[in-house]
Amino acid sequence: MDLTLRVWRQEKSEARGRFKVYRVTDVRPDMSFLELLDVLNDRLTLAGEEPIAFEHDCREGICGTCGLMVNGHAHGPQLGTATCQLHMRLFSDGDTIVVEPWRAAAFRVLKDLVVDRSPLDRIIEAGGYITVSAGSAPDANVTPIPKEAAEAAMDAAACIGCGACVAACPNSAAQLFTAAKVAHLGLLPQGQPERWSRAESMVETMERFFGSCTNHGECEKACPKSISIDFIAMLNRDFVRAKWKNRSLAGQKR
Amino acid sequence: MTVALDAKIPKAPIEDMWEKHRFELPLISPVNRGRFEVIVVGTGVAGASLASTLGELGYRVKVFTYHDSYRRAHSVAAQGGINAAKNYRGDGDSIFRLFHDTVKGGDFRSREANVYRLAQVSAEIIDQCVAQGVPFAREYGGLLATRSFGGVQVSRTFYARGATGQQLLLGSFQALARQVAAGTVELHTRAEMLDLVTVDGRAAGIVVRDMLSGEISAHSAHAVVLATGGYCNVYFLSTNAKANNASAIWRAHRKGARMANPCFTQIHPTSIPADHEFRSKMTLMSESLRNDGRVWVPKQERDTRAPDQIPANERDYYLERRYPAFGNLVPRDVASRAAKNMVDEGYGVGPLANSVYLDFAEAVERVGRDTIKERYGNLFEMYQRITGEDPYEGPMRIAPAPHFSMGGLWVDYNLETTVPGLFAIGEANFSDHGANRLGANSLLQGLTDGYFVLPSTITSHLAPLLGTEPVPSDHPAFGEAEAAARERVRRFLATKGSRTVDWFHRELGRTMIEHCGMTRRAEGLQRGIAEIRALREEFHRDVLVPGENESLNQSLEKAGRVSDFFELAELMCRDALHREESCGGHFRVEHQDEDGEAKRNDEDFSYVAAWGFAGEDAESTLVKEPLEFSYAKPTQRSYR
Repeated sequence: MDLTLRVWRQEKSEARGRFKVYRVTDVRPDMSFLELLDVLNDRLTLAGEEPIAFEHDCREGICGTCGLMVNGHAHGPQLGTATCQLHMRLFSDGDTIVVEPWRAAAFRVLKDLVVDRSPLDRIIEAGGYITVSAGSAPDANVTPIPKEAAEAAMDAAACIGCGACVAACPNSAAQLFTAAKVAHLGLLPQGQPERWSRAESMVETMERFFGSCTNHGECEKACPKSISIDFIAMLNRDFVRAKWKNRSLAGQKR
Repeated sequence: MTVALDAKIPKAPIEDMWEKHRFELPLISPVNRGRFEVIVVGTGVAGASLASTLGELGYRVKVFTYHDSYRRAHSVAAQGGINAAKNYRGDGDSIFRLFHDTVKGGDFRSREANVYRLAQVSAEIIDQCVAQGVPFAREYGGLLATRSFGGVQVSRTFYARGATGQQLLLGSFQALARQVAAGTVELHTRAEMLDLVTVDGRAAGIVVRDMLSGEISAHSAHAVVLATGGYCNVYFLSTNAKANNASAIWRAHRKGARMANPCFTQIHPTSIPADHEFRSKMTLMSESLRNDGRVWVPKQERDTRAPDQIPANERDYYLERRYPAFGNLVPRDVASRAAKNMVDEGYGVGPLANSVYLDFAEAVERVGRDTIKERYGNLFEMYQRITGEDPYEGPMRIAPAPHFSMGGLWVDYNLETTVPGLFAIGEANFSDHGANRLGANSLLQGLTDGYFVLPSTITSHLAPLLGTEPVPSDHPAFGEAEAAARERVRRFLATKGSRTVDWFHRELGRTMIEHCGMTRRAEGLQRGIAEIRALREEFHRDVLVPGENESLNQSLEKAGRVSDFFELAELMCRDALHREESCGGHFRVEHQDEDGEAKRNDEDFSYVAAWGFAGEDAESTLVKEPLEFSYAKPTQRSYR
């Protein structure tokens, strides 16, 4: 099939970006979307134009490196699918496809379709872990964990950190990302000792970078792992409780 | 010049080696640890677990990764699980059995002492990861679930759905995040190592390119650790992530670190086949699928009927037929070669007749669709996205693909390479898997090296350096290395040839899979070397790298990596050529028995081949580390 691509080109952060139109012919339906960009980049390179910068790595939907706005949808139109798993059979001959980088103030465009998502790592650094030094752990079976709790924790832990939730959100909020980590650890017995400090610290770090959640639910739809916004409800509850639990005297933080 | 390799294997019964060695290693007191700087390159399970552990212990750590975030490394894609000798099932597992299975699975080409340590530490790894909140699968009673994997008859593989690698990586990523926040670890993302710097033959630091600004800078430390993964992308089409490369270990090799058994690569039997020429990578379907899936091809050659039109008695379940004891769970090398034979003989299926079926119909009937979905749901989804076919309805099509490199930098028992002060951990070293890695052992190795082994053994190098500063990064050796790196970048950009880097990479991959892939023969390897040399020469004359150094330039990044792959590829062929035997993933057509099974030659080849760099156009020098098997007696591997 033959397609028209409107691709965001931007030399660097400070430069002005613009859309450029490319026609790509003989696209196979069993090619992936990123393979389409590979083919286009090969042609651009040979024609003396700089290829389009885009990020990707595992191409199996698990590393979270790739992420494009495809026709206005984060990761494209297919639910529960990262851009690398998007295949051209979803498109039809003659289609025009608009390709943009993640759109969010917190994600600075670095070049073309590449953005800086490091604020997400800052949220994890604020408490998205369980403190345990190597060698100090008790036997793994000493604390049985109900299967349901383990499964729910795994549902949340499935987050790949791609940032689609932020890109899809009209407020550029990172609630789903933050909630997924808070819930993953907060649902497990191992995560209890730091549960309240974690919730408070992660939320406050999140708010330094990102917008506020107003329950649009776009994040859940964009999430390649279909992580449920129920976790956001859990996050909100934990945050409020944390505010009480974390103070030892009225008006004073521990 | 004769060089002897000292593997520093402790003199003690194998069960006591690690304990004794740890006691004999020097300690560094907590107050002094902050006086040591350590560079860690790579943030997969090995690098992240090491960096976090060293940070926690109080060392000053600098971490480098070429990713945008330190949560992305390809450990993330390991699906099936992680082995541990917990014997929670009471099915006869033990440390010795995991050790024995690993040595046997590796076809008696690994070092007993290292493998035993791996098995010993395995139980602690599971404890550590559970304590970190890794959501392993559980039974209804709340205890940990396990499953079995290829090449073993016990159930010792712990898993988190089909995303065990992701969860284990996130565990170590989070541990590292804690250290980054605490300030013990200095983090450098989007920073690619271009060279190792040595002073008087010792590791002094690295040269790094900032991938956004193109700035090339030097960093020094008391020790350098490479945790940079494997090199299967030398085949272009592999299950590895696109950015995986051999440059860090190859640059270290050029500076004196010996490469061990480079021809030992693993071709994984269950990947989604490449159905067209634009396929950019192979996607793995976890080996765990072989627990419930049955592998078959039509009995009739070039049978083009749809699978559901082929009745049971016209199907050849060839693994079950040839290997009744292990059936569909034979080790990877055996399963891959069997599939290749079937395809070569004309029984392949799919549009390019290059794959075999993996069928779940019987399992769905036996345990129900829901159970299968719970076990493999994400894999089935992934398969459907890529192929457009529904594996609940019909069988999957699978094909072998390069997956893991058992070879790597030679390291001793302390995981130190032949360059003092340079260490290699995880897939970057060669140590534990011999000629074939058992499924679910690679996450185990990465975490073992990172959490428990190197944090102990690194003191052997550091302790004597107490009171000394690292070589300052304005030492002339750093300046020279920086200048060489800049010159290399300049040359790539200045060549302005007529072919893209990817074109060369694809061509190299084609040559490698043909001559140094699942089966190898002397004349093919000779031809391979000639082709690689010609291609390498053409690359340096005719490559087209657009853009400039001073901004994000993905073509330039690839050019450096592919350039190193050429040199590595030649060494792989040379190693394969010299190893006149078949063992594990290395199958020489000249060395097989009447049934087509691999014929190992213990008398002449029971050693680690450690190659030294002698120059781009000179032949590498070979040094052998003899292997002794006192506990796992070499037998011909039989899975029949």
